[in-house]
Amino acid sequence: MLHIKCPWCGWRDESEFGYGGEAHIERPKDPDSVSDAEWADYLFFGSNRRGDFRERWVHSAGCRRWFNAVRDTTTYEFKAFYRMGEEPPGGEQ
Amino acid sequence: MSEAIRQESPLVERITSGRKAASPSDAGITLRERPFLGCVNLRGNPDDPDFTDAVKGVLGLALPSGPNTVADSGDITAFWLAPTEWFVRTGANAERDLIAGLEEALAGQHIATNDVTGNFTTVELSGPHARDVLEKGCTLDLHPRAFAPGQCAQTLLGHAGILIRPLADGQAFEIVVRRSFADYMFIWLEDATVEYGGMAVSD
Repeated sequence: MLHIKCPWCGWRDESEFGYGGEAHIERPKDPDSVSDAEWADYLFFGSNRRGDFRERWVHSAGCRRWFNAVRDTTTYEFKAFYRMGEEPPGGEQ
Repeated sequence: MSEAIRQESPLVERITSGRKAASPSDAGITLRERPFLGCVNLRGNPDDPDFTDAVKGVLGLALPSGPNTVADSGDITAFWLAPTEWFVRTGANAERDLIAGLEEALAGQHIATNDVTGNFTTVELSGPHARDVLEKGCTLDLHPRAFAPGQCAQTLLGHAGILIRPLADGQAFEIVVRRSFADYMFIWLEDATVEYGGMAVSD
């Protein structure tokens, strides 16, 4: 069981949360103007990063807010939690 | 044709006069339902004094601004649900007046009030083993040192989502549960209480 720190509610068990995949993926501003390949890249291809990975979680059994976390995909260790709209810690990935 | 809609608690088939009479005398926990309390979901911006002042004028209390805190004044209880969201509970059948008052005081503001009275029921759990029983199905630390009166939390009890707070003495708890999960929660509590002498049901 992972322990996850909701930016509002504090530490709770993983069973209270839902997973939202990779964070900071930007939707093309004008979907009609991108090629099928670019759209497919946006939609289907994540970075599949080994190591620190920025991802979205939602505290679905609590305050129902979305937030971001940095988790090491090899050890499952959480490195940081931060709110939507906040700068991710650690700079560029 | 029936002329009136009869209000019915979701626990109507569990909390019967026979079940109350059959309550064990040395029960580990005692359950009391407070049905039909008016429930309003309120959304607004807590950083806007126009919003907080107007709400305070209607409720007679300041909305709790800290995460997982709760405030009481008379019949009114306001639970923090999320940064812009509160669960405001009032007396039975008082929700329409409360909503009308809020809508009037907050006219023109970017807010929302929703009547969720029919969606929830409230139960109180007391007795020497109330915390022991709840901790079998809830992962929060419910000890008074970590969860004291004035705090509340949305979490899970068994598989049911609940809104829980300790009552004044820190030994009893109040649980707000969805109508559709109330029956499940009652059965779960009954089962979880077997080792502590069973569950009493009171008015």
